[in-house]
Amino acid sequence: MNTATFKKPSVILASIILILAVLAALVPGLFTSHNPLSGTSGALLSPSLEHWFGTDSVGRDLYSRVIYGTRQSLLGALVAVLVGLVVGTILGLIAGAQGGWLDALLMRIVDVLLSIPSLLLSLSVIILLGYGTVNAAIAVGITSVATFARLARSQVISVSSLDFVEAAYGSGASRFQVLTRHILPNSLTPVIALAAVQFGSAILQLSVLGFLGYGAPAPTPEWGLIIADARDYIATSWWLTVLPGAVIIAVVMSANHLSHIVQKKAR
Amino acid sequence: MSIHDSLVISDLAVTYSTSRGVVQAVQNVSLSVAPGQITAVVGESGSGKSTTAQAAIGLLADNAQITAGTMHLGEIDLARLTDKQWQRIRGPRIGLIPQDPNNSLNPVKTIGASVSEGLEIHTSLSTEARKARVIELLEMVGIDNPEHRYRQYPHELSGGMKQRVLIAAALALEPDFIIADEPTSALDVTVQKTILDLIDELRHSRNIGVLLITHDLAVAGDRADRIVVMHDGQVKETGYAASVLSDPQDSYTRQLLADAPSLSVASVPQRRSVAGSVRAQQSAHAVAPWQRDVSAQAEPAPLLSVRNFTQKFGDFTAAENISFDVQRGTTHAIVGESGSGKTTTGRAIAGFSSPTTGEILFEGKRIDPKSKQLRKHVQLVYQNPYSSLNPKMTVGVTLAEPLKNFKLVGKSQIKERVARYLELVSLDPEFASRRPAELSGGQRQRVAIARALIVEPELVVFDEAVSALDVTVQSQILRLLARLQEELTLTYVFISHDLAVVRQISDTVSVMSAGQQVEYGETERVFSSPTSTFTRSLIDAIPGQRFRDGSLNMGL
Repeated sequence: MNTATFKKPSVILASIILILAVLAALVPGLFTSHNPLSGTSGALLSPSLEHWFGTDSVGRDLYSRVIYGTRQSLLGALVAVLVGLVVGTILGLIAGAQGGWLDALLMRIVDVLLSIPSLLLSLSVIILLGYGTVNAAIAVGITSVATFARLARSQVISVSSLDFVEAAYGSGASRFQVLTRHILPNSLTPVIALAAVQFGSAILQLSVLGFLGYGAPAPTPEWGLIIADARDYIATSWWLTVLPGAVIIAVVMSANHLSHIVQKKAR
Repeated sequence: MSIHDSLVISDLAVTYSTSRGVVQAVQNVSLSVAPGQITAVVGESGSGKSTTAQAAIGLLADNAQITAGTMHLGEIDLARLTDKQWQRIRGPRIGLIPQDPNNSLNPVKTIGASVSEGLEIHTSLSTEARKARVIELLEMVGIDNPEHRYRQYPHELSGGMKQRVLIAAALALEPDFIIADEPTSALDVTVQKTILDLIDELRHSRNIGVLLITHDLAVAGDRADRIVVMHDGQVKETGYAASVLSDPQDSYTRQLLADAPSLSVASVPQRRSVAGSVRAQQSAHAVAPWQRDVSAQAEPAPLLSVRNFTQKFGDFTAAENISFDVQRGTTHAIVGESGSGKTTTGRAIAGFSSPTTGEILFEGKRIDPKSKQLRKHVQLVYQNPYSSLNPKMTVGVTLAEPLKNFKLVGKSQIKERVARYLELVSLDPEFASRRPAELSGGQRQRVAIARALIVEPELVVFDEAVSALDVTVQSQILRLLARLQEELTLTYVFISHDLAVVRQISDTVSVMSAGQQVEYGETERVFSSPTSTFTRSLIDAIPGQRFRDGSLNMGL
């Protein structure tokens, strides 16, 4: 990547937002002194210097709830992307390298996965696994397995036809060595770029699951849950939905923007 | 004959702005193309010859800029034209014959539609008149049955035919001159000759100037009136073909001349005399190579013996009934045009496919494609050094891989062995820490050769291993291969389309055409008295004929 890309204002802004989000996930105490779990002052206060995002229906500081919720969302998205990346790449690698009936079988499974709406699929998985943050993350990850597998397979097939792969056999390498040392490293770049794109959408999907109540249990600060709790007050206390919503939008857009840059460079 | 203007380029300078700053691609370039004359711009990759051509037709890349100089076509200064003004020049005044005919025709358009596109935009001819004109053009460039071809699609035509169609399209609007940017580099040598003949004839009959861009000094010598030699964005030498080729003033031109295989046939380095045994073997083989009476022969058994090798892919026969022997320490060349089956044969020898019928014997034993041991003795070097090295691995790791896989040396000695082989191919041992992206094409090919040699094989198959390289680099690699063969007593099978190279480096040769071996024998014999008409036509198509005959254009 050249330095000119990093000097673009949009890239700088997106990077700052993501760095802040990661910091908030690691050390939320740095950003707020309020307790996200217990109310301190009156309920449904509008935004002020004391409470930047106002307070919710039970008087908890909304800003600190959003900050503490960052960990849930980012960690969840990370797990989701890892599940998709690892499982999808392995499936794609096997299918692309083995070919034949195994390839056909795996790709038909992928076709089936792709034909189910992702929300329906993740809900079904959660119902199988049980509620909870980690299970929600795994469910979201499984919805992206098919996309990863397809991309990895096509990469593996195109890299396999390059001369250096045959030259590696010529150098006495075993099939496994050729796969892991030559084909896999040269197939990964676009797959990693896809992982970056999936990160943004995983945050959104996790928030949707949280909103529907399939994510973290009630008092835990989680972005989707925060907005779900606030939906009864949307007419009277706009900040309860709009401000956390704006945070989600900012983080997802930043992740998407950076991943597009990565993807462009990966080509 | 129509009156045409000359193209006069003076002091042209072009820069590219890249992420690493401004790069000067071309500087102080001056040349002219007179009507009815061919001016050849000769240079290696990166010499700025294509940038010059792109500037002359107003098709420079977006990040390029003409920073100095003029390009006059009659009264018009092409260097000052806007995009809009260019649209009226490109086509009616300047035509273009592109490099690769296979990628230059729109695959969803018929031949007729492609050729008539210019007529449609620039003339007010009726549909019928356009069609008549296109058919006339197709006939002029030597396309048989033009009415039928008019309705065909590009995939139904051969590469040479497609290039003829593109020439017809370039001539459709009667331009003053045409730019031919490596018009035959993607074509076989016999086709190359017919296309160049056509361009030659058309410029006379239609009094069109031609700016011929080529990497091949021999082609330039055969065809051009004037030659411009470029190197590193600068003109090194300009003059009539005869003076540039027979009395070069610049050291770079002399270097190019010395390195061009087709121009140095007179000075072929004498091959080591393995000829004795080969010749004896030849006469024995004249009857039937594989049925000779072993007891009657004192000569050593061949290292490699290909017997009635046939390879089929489904219904398609890629190679049929190929037989030849290669003695230890000699070079056998397999020469032919694209699709002749030469690569198929080479890959089977290297054990990457098994013969459909027939057999390939290495040291008297059948080659087993699944055998890891075979790879220790037979190695293959690929044509394209850009795809044959793993871009993620450093040179050191790439070279260490076969050592580890075959357990040839202990762990502690790997580094030392890698350094030794890098030195052997004339690369600094510190290249071990570099990645392929940091190397030039020639350096990559050296690494690929080192990877093949590090296992200490007996037989190395080179599949067009120098075809993708510039002539000076090609000549260095060929000298390197000759030295290594001497030092390590290697046996080579050298696959090539380039007869001039084959003549320089091989002891024996198989000439292949359409999957058949049409000629086999000692190289000197095949070149001096070929028995097959196909071999004859291949030899006649080697560029540089006028140089060898001493009939270069002297500007008289």
